[in-house]
Amino acid sequence: MVPLSYYLVLSGFLFACGVAGFLIKRNIITIFMSIELMLNGVNLSFVAFAAHWHVLAGQVFVFFVMVVAAAEAAVGLAIIIAVYRTRETLNVDQVNLLKL
Amino acid sequence: MNVHLILFLAFGAVCVAGAVNLLAQRHPINGALSLIAVMAALAGEYLLLGAEFVAAVQVIVYAGAIMVLFVFTIMLLNAGVEERTKGSRVAILFGIPGLLLGGILLGWVVLRHSGTEAVAAGALPGDPNTIGQLLFHEFLLPFEITSVLILIAIMGAVVLASKPPSAPARRVED
Repeated sequence: MVPLSYYLVLSGFLFACGVAGFLIKRNIITIFMSIELMLNGVNLSFVAFAAHWHVLAGQVFVFFVMVVAAAEAAVGLAIIIAVYRTRETLNVDQVNLLKL
Repeated sequence: MNVHLILFLAFGAVCVAGAVNLLAQRHPINGALSLIAVMAALAGEYLLLGAEFVAAVQVIVYAGAIMVLFVFTIMLLNAGVEERTKGSRVAILFGIPGLLLGGILLGWVVLRHSGTEAVAAGALPGDPNTIGQLLFHEFLLPFEITSVLILIAIMGAVVLASKPPSAPARRVED
């Protein structure tokens, strides 16, 4: 038997690691992976609350989060490829203009 | 210490180690592999919570599809080791004590004041049948809207990633 709070602490830790990676990383692909880590932390708390309150809607929302993550990854990686094609760098410090 | 708690701690340790490794590694491919480890361990946590279908989809969609997309992009762009830039000293001076304080406070509040009801293994019928019933009856409209979202994402990715037909890519002059 595992208390709900343990799951919430783990979920919060994963989210915090995602935020930290988003802030300190300089590679744009790693920043994207940090966003995925944040979404995973949120998913864990969704499933933990679904098990706690015995409401299955929490598990259904995990699927919607996954769909949004997949769409975001597809569009985001396409943007990264387009940025790399024009700038030839993946460092976000050197990508500071939306204009080409 | 029962088996459930031991399994939770084992999977949680893999999660924490992978998340910290994602922060520590400097090459994106190492970060991607540690993120895959985090996702696989999270699938184990979902199984402990009785969400077997979510666990299967987590492995197939997240660790399978999305991370393969990331690894393909890393290989396609030949991404190297990232350069570090120095952060401001004020952020380190105030950020780390603030982070520790906030973390301790949050952990204390969550561990002390949340209802620590036990979650039994297999307590919830998270099988594909029940999930499908819910998804196609109560959540039918969001489900259909996400299909439109996926279609728009596919078209956007194709438009963004395809080369412009005539003009070659311009370089930044300044």
